[in-house]
Amino acid sequence: MADNNGTYLIRGAAILGGDAEDLLIRDGVIAARGAGAATHADAEGATVIEAAGLVALPGMVDVHTHLREPGREDAETVETGTRAAALGGFTAVHAMANSNPVADTAGVVEQVHSLGRAAGWVDVRPVGAVTVGLAGEQLAELGAMADSRARVRMFSDDGICVHDPVLMRRALEYVKAFDGVVAQHAQEPRLTAGAQMNEGAVSAVLGLTGWPAVAEESIIARDVLLAQHVDSRLHVCHVSTAGSVEIIRWAKERGINVTAEVTPHHLLLTDDLVRSYNPVYKVNPPLRTDADVQALRAGLADGTIDVVGTDHAPHPSEHKECEWAQAAMGMTGLETALSVVQHTMIETGLMTWADFARVTSTAAARIGRLADQGRPLDAGEPANIILVDPAARWTVDPAKMATMGRNSPFAGLELPGKVVATFYKGHPTVLDGKLNTPYRESAAAAAGAA
Amino acid sequence: MKHLLSTEDLSLTNAIRILDTAEEMAAVGDREVKKLPALRGRTVVNLFFEDSTRTRISFEAAAKRLSADVINFAAKGSSVSKGESLKDTAQTLAAMGADAVVIRHWASGAPHRLAATDWIDAAVINAGDGTHEHPTQALLDAFTMRRHWAKLSGNGSIGADLKGMRVAIAGDVLHSRVARSNVWLLRTLGAEVTLVAPPTLLPIGVEHWPCKVSYNMDETLEQGVDAVMMLRVQGERMNASFFPSTREYSRRWGFDDNRLRALDTLGLKDTIIMHPGPMNRGLEISAAAADSPRSTVLAQVRNGVSVRMAALYLLLSGDTREPAASVGEARTNTARSTEETN
Repeated sequence: MADNNGTYLIRGAAILGGDAEDLLIRDGVIAARGAGAATHADAEGATVIEAAGLVALPGMVDVHTHLREPGREDAETVETGTRAAALGGFTAVHAMANSNPVADTAGVVEQVHSLGRAAGWVDVRPVGAVTVGLAGEQLAELGAMADSRARVRMFSDDGICVHDPVLMRRALEYVKAFDGVVAQHAQEPRLTAGAQMNEGAVSAVLGLTGWPAVAEESIIARDVLLAQHVDSRLHVCHVSTAGSVEIIRWAKERGINVTAEVTPHHLLLTDDLVRSYNPVYKVNPPLRTDADVQALRAGLADGTIDVVGTDHAPHPSEHKECEWAQAAMGMTGLETALSVVQHTMIETGLMTWADFARVTSTAAARIGRLADQGRPLDAGEPANIILVDPAARWTVDPAKMATMGRNSPFAGLELPGKVVATFYKGHPTVLDGKLNTPYRESAAAAAGAA
Repeated sequence: MKHLLSTEDLSLTNAIRILDTAEEMAAVGDREVKKLPALRGRTVVNLFFEDSTRTRISFEAAAKRLSADVINFAAKGSSVSKGESLKDTAQTLAAMGADAVVIRHWASGAPHRLAATDWIDAAVINAGDGTHEHPTQALLDAFTMRRHWAKLSGNGSIGADLKGMRVAIAGDVLHSRVARSNVWLLRTLGAEVTLVAPPTLLPIGVEHWPCKVSYNMDETLEQGVDAVMMLRVQGERMNASFFPSTREYSRRWGFDDNRLRALDTLGLKDTIIMHPGPMNRGLEISAAAADSPRSTVLAQVRNGVSVRMAALYLLLSGDTREPAASVGEARTNTARSTEETN
């Protein structure tokens, strides 16, 4: 890039899918919006980005990402995972705690946080483990992680359910001290021993051990009541069943402080795909039925489900090129999330682009307590912005992705929508749909942040 | 039909073709020299990831009666138990020129993976996968039932189906690949199937299957039945609370001496008692039932060889095998030239 002092003039982007306006970005913030942006004093020498036909949205915030580092750098690293995130339209990701070592101490979360800053593609927000080693026996030092440089606010044993009701109660109570949230992986372990796929008509035929919906719903029912009892904040990860949507709707009507997330794959795919026995469709919670998919879409549209979380879970190929029962659970999702949500929610007429901004950015930033993310696209706000071409069509090819994971269940599907540019703190990490350069903190900013 | 993976997707035409071919193969078993040259020079690998001596020797006998070369690959005690993947094992067998792989695996769907991936181009025969399917078992059961049904009607077996035959399949349906394969194949052949089991041992979703479901063995017998197939039940299931005790299981769902007598008092003189083996005498079937003239247990074993000969024959040399891709053709030619030099 030419030296332009970090100044960009975005011309004629449909702000949140509304009217076409100009946006002037300078020094990491939106300097001006609208008719005056082009003639603004700061606009001189700006790099002009013609954005007619593109939609401008706040940078997406993922509440649920597995970056695999430290420990499984053969699956993903913070560098590769955050490149994928930037290409997918994200400006912040929450890195789940099930690394090796587990992110259950201030040391590990600070390591992940600094790896994220060094990479410079997105804001990496480490999630702290609720229990030591994800073992479900003893609370991790949640306060130390909250006070660390990583400023952890979300805590989760994701991958494993905090199934002990007393431990869950204590965790919910304890995080109130620093405005934290417990993100629960709702899976009753005894009801899901050896579970391989959704329990129902398809599992009966395939002879694969079932993962019944009730194993998710019973934990959510318990946890919303616990959250009410101790007056704390609960987040439910990857809601996958129609019954779960009903329980969360009921809880919200009662004023319980619960938020919920749905993955893109649960908005589109069903357990019929398991008939192929192809482990690319193996995921936890499992793909459910079409009735569940429809209920999840309706729940996301009416606000019962607050956010989309990718549950991006890259795996090395040998963990998927095997028997179904041997295969690892999980799918990649960072580079397909926007397209799948556009396909399932916007092109179906269930949501607008403004709703999209809410469920992929605003609400997600609020859950994670990220002050600089999910903000309105107004003058003075941080310039975390993406430009999306909603008319683009592309065929998913995992081999061309930035993530190291090749386990995309959308491989071969034609999907709408393409991220043309991603601005992270005013810097274009993605331009013309391709990776540009990472954001680099100035010495002064780095000092200020530390 | 390139592979034999399940009976769910086996057409009536192919099912009848396998059964009719098996009748021809059975005739070979009655001859003094029990051998045909049909698969000379072809290599059949029995790839067993799970112990099953009965099924393995049945396939071995079938392949040898067709003059195929047989390699037995027991995954236990081999490189597989040292962590070699199914993919590497399959590619190794492909490199050795296996024409057919008979695979037994504890994981449901493993044969589908072999057939669907490019790891190996051989014909794949499912010899039982997890709790999914065991198609050759269902075919030998159908073969046994068809002979019985044809004898009663006075017509021959060839070309016949099982229309109108009432079959009860009783026991641990949840964990049974035999039950699944039988339900689909018997539906295709026109039989009327009733599953009899404790509700804990029926899968969620069974209501979508093409059969009736009963929790009561005696009622099922009273309604009339032409064949009763008892499934093997593992006594250890009681430890996971699938039933309270083996005695209670036997009383409610086992085929005991009282139920054997009931067949007589109900006037069901032609009803046969089947079991895929190995039997738990005294648990799901009493000794008297297993040894009664109604029992077809040994006929099933005998018919198993004929049915497996038919499957191997049709997949490896029959006209049901679809034209292979160019790579496959090249390999087939190689196999043929090998045959000539032998």
